[in-house]
Amino acid sequence: MKNVVESKNLSFSYNGILALSDINISIPQGKFVSIVGPNGAGKTTLLKIILGLIKNYSGTIKVFDKNPDEVDPALIGYVPQFKTMDRKFPAIAIELVASGIIRKWPWRIRGKSKQLAYEALSLVKSEHLAERSLSSLSGGELQRVCLARSFVRNPKLIVLDEPATGIDAIGESDLYNLLENYQSKSGATVLMITHDWHVALHHSDLVLLLNRRQIAFASPKEALSEDNLRIAFGHIGHQHNFRGEN
Amino acid sequence: MLEIFTIPFLQRAFIAGALVGFLSSYFGVFVVQRGMGFLGSGLAHAAFGGVAIGIFLNQEPLLFAIPFTILVAIAITYVKEKTNLAEDTAIGIFFSVSMALGIIFIALKKNYSSDAFNYLFGSILAVNYNDILITSLLSLVTIILFPYWKKWAYSSFDRELAYTDKIKVVFDDYLLNIMVAITIVVSIKVVGIVLIAACLVIPPAAARLVSKTFSKMTVLSIFLGVISTFIGIIFSYYLDLPTGALIILLQAVFFFFFMLIKNNS
Repeated sequence: MKNVVESKNLSFSYNGILALSDINISIPQGKFVSIVGPNGAGKTTLLKIILGLIKNYSGTIKVFDKNPDEVDPALIGYVPQFKTMDRKFPAIAIELVASGIIRKWPWRIRGKSKQLAYEALSLVKSEHLAERSLSSLSGGELQRVCLARSFVRNPKLIVLDEPATGIDAIGESDLYNLLENYQSKSGATVLMITHDWHVALHHSDLVLLLNRRQIAFASPKEALSEDNLRIAFGHIGHQHNFRGEN
Repeated sequence: MLEIFTIPFLQRAFIAGALVGFLSSYFGVFVVQRGMGFLGSGLAHAAFGGVAIGIFLNQEPLLFAIPFTILVAIAITYVKEKTNLAEDTAIGIFFSVSMALGIIFIALKKNYSSDAFNYLFGSILAVNYNDILITSLLSLVTIILFPYWKKWAYSSFDRELAYTDKIKVVFDDYLLNIMVAITIVVSIKVVGIVLIAACLVIPPAAARLVSKTFSKMTVLSIFLGVISTFIGIIFSYYLDLPTGALIILLQAVFFFFFMLIKNNS
């Protein structure tokens, strides 16, 4: 099976501080992969390297067999943390989705772009949000619009940065269902950052457990073992992990 | 009433005013949306340094102010990109250094005329055919660069998304800041250095209050910028009051009117 992302001895330092050390991963096509780790573990740094936003790393990393900054952006659907978005920007939901097609901000949306944007919104059951201002959307609604934005370009790789942050439990459950439905139909690879290892356990095929270095890259049960979680987080929290024990 | 459109210096003022209204309110939408209001103020004051050099050398001040202000815009963008300093800190440094240079050059000119005051507070009487030519050229370049609206808007919304879609965000920032710098310089004859920053901020801010999309905000901002300049010149002629100040006050009336509409809707 072809690998979508492959890294060898990938490291990155910032201002003399080692943010990531010796990451060796191979992500096969069509898998749901979670990157798990505590705050400051280097999850977002790794994501930015994969997206081609950070270039001065050492070691090698290939995305679709190319250096990350040479990859055709149409192959990747990126869902940033919606909390980082400027919700005061005057825009309606369909414009955000259409920006995923034209890869610029639309002056106006007509014809094929409009049709594709509505189709993408219907995939996330949100056609009714098309004309709504971004500022009027709830966290869950905006996250679904962001998902539609990533789906609209039929990406081979969907990259999500903490997609459940700031949305309620029902919204979170909806989000993962929509993502899994899309993945099963499209065969796209999903790469998702989360600090919630329960989510990673239930939704992933593979888990990369990080804390500045690679602690495990394996199946969820193997990667999220008690020992590994203790190494990564220093504890395993009040709730026990995958056995569901309290 | 119609006779004012037949007076040559007012004809020049209307043409220059309309173009300046268009340019400042078009680029102003990015200034407002990116929270760069201080950049407008900083570059306007930086332009004073260039104007003063021109006056000192007995040359056309705009010919010195344009490259000088562009250099300052590039330097501000460079410092922002290459250091950990915030943009307002970089603006603060270059703005005060340029003003200081301007004051020195004006002081060195023993018998300077009222030229410096024309540039500080604007003088519609001082608008000549060269000003109209330069402003027209800049308007033409702005129209040619219209495809950049989509890129500037995209990175105004979310720089990281723009980066992931391989938009050359840094290059585009330089281009935008250079265009803002030239707009400021060509506008100072009409509005004045002291007030030009307001032309970059008030029409877009008023438009923002009632616009659902960025494209509608852009169109409304341009409309407000042009109409307030036009009406401001007419009022200025009949009331014999400074044009720049009247333009800004009219823009403020639009702003508060839209705020009232927004709050009651």
